[in-house]
Amino acid sequence: MSIIKRRGHSIREHWLGVLAILVALIVWECYAAFIIRNSFLLPGPGDVFLAFLSLAEKGILLTDFEVSMTHFAIGLLFALLIGIPVGIAMGWNRRADEFFNPLIEILRPIPPLAWIPFAIIWFGFTPVSAGFVIFMGAVFPILINTYAGFQGVSRIFVEAGRMLGCTRTLDQIRFIAFPAALPSVVSGIRIATGVGWMCLVAAELFGVSNNGLGKDLWFYYDLHQMDCVVVYMLILGLIGLVIDMIFRYYIERHFLKWRTGEVA
Amino acid sequence: MGKLEILNLNQSFLRDDGTRLAVLENISLEVHDEEFVCILGSSGCGKTTLLRLIAGLDTAGSGRVILDGEEIRGTSPKVGMVFQEYSLFPWRSVIDNIAFGLEMRGTAKDERYRIAERYLDLVNLSQFRDSYPSELSGGMRQRVAVARALALDPVLLLMDEPFGALDAQTRNMLQQELLDIWEATKKTIVFITHSVDEAVYLSDRIVVLTPRPGRICRIFPVNLPRPRDRTSPEFAQVRREVLDLINQNCATQ
Repeated sequence: MSIIKRRGHSIREHWLGVLAILVALIVWECYAAFIIRNSFLLPGPGDVFLAFLSLAEKGILLTDFEVSMTHFAIGLLFALLIGIPVGIAMGWNRRADEFFNPLIEILRPIPPLAWIPFAIIWFGFTPVSAGFVIFMGAVFPILINTYAGFQGVSRIFVEAGRMLGCTRTLDQIRFIAFPAALPSVVSGIRIATGVGWMCLVAAELFGVSNNGLGKDLWFYYDLHQMDCVVVYMLILGLIGLVIDMIFRYYIERHFLKWRTGEVA
Repeated sequence: MGKLEILNLNQSFLRDDGTRLAVLENISLEVHDEEFVCILGSSGCGKTTLLRLIAGLDTAGSGRVILDGEEIRGTSPKVGMVFQEYSLFPWRSVIDNIAFGLEMRGTAKDERYRIAERYLDLVNLSQFRDSYPSELSGGMRQRVAVARALALDPVLLLMDEPFGALDAQTRNMLQQELLDIWEATKKTIVFITHSVDEAVYLSDRIVVLTPRPGRICRIFPVNLPRPRDRTSPEFAQVRREVLDLINQNCATQ
């Protein structure tokens, strides 16, 4: 597995990737400085770095980060609270599956951003409103993966459990189906964090708060300070990457030891 | 105690075209306390169906299964089962797999690890206490499965071709280990197999089933003294008798 092989990182192993980033920075700087020569159309890496320093000095970035994380946390929390129980019910019980499935199939393809008008009408210009848009993006990956995970629980595990006294439905879910489905549930949450994060900029666009990474990205666009816009773009990308890496690390640590070489 | 009575058991399945397929017909059998009985039959003769009915995993179309005077109506901690496929919980370590039944029963943590360690020792896997099933070979996994089934101290142990997926050497070794465990724990064992060699090596009596629908063709006592020697003429003789019986009387009906 490539994930295992990639352990033990070092600059030496990754020099090609580092080289690519350096080359991109140099090409970017040269292109901006000698060809475009207009920091509004394309700010160079140097401009961006200076913009970052001035924004950091103002202390605004930390506030933006906190506000955005609040929006993100609200959305993700409700996505977990609804996605996991509904996914469990559907994956475990055929009636629940038949009941929820058509409804979900209709709602799921609606782009999360299409919910923005109702987010405003229902929740006003509040953090909950932004959270709602993120929720609409995050809930379906969690729900679908939980559902698939529970459907895929091998019958033999449930029967082995029954022979060992695990006969009540709640116990079967808690002690057998949930741990068996957990890798799938967690990878659903990982996908959901990615989708939710992508909804963040748009969710903050319509003015639910005075700060936020997405909100201030638009703010500086309005001021035509494109170097600051790039700072926010890079920060958004970086945080998204960190969130994903945390999950990848968690999945590797907790599931690889029993999932590799599992006989289905 | 572990006296099993099976009375006029019938089972059939509904086919897609609406007709019924008889799987088991009129199975009546008595297994004595501490007896080792093998149920022998070809694939699709209903062996596994019969074992699932004894386990209480399925409900019979008609007939009764009685263990120590009590009718079986669902799974019970008095009956342990070792499945054909690997059924260990891959997310639990070996010791936590063995302790699972005790955990369900509500045994305190120290106590259940103490008991589980005893059974881990019984199947000679103490050094794999904290390993995960994926780290074990097929034979080790089935030994853990035996320990897990025994940890609840059932009176009856059901085994559904537990060594079927193993190579011949491992299989022979585990058969001997199983007999040792049987001697040590004094369980009643009902063991399913399609291997005549395995049945002759293990059992006090061999119950030969006919294929489709499964009926008891003959109950064959194996009177060889233990430990049995697979290469002895007596062993070969018994094996030939069973094979002849299958070919002449119990093949197809």
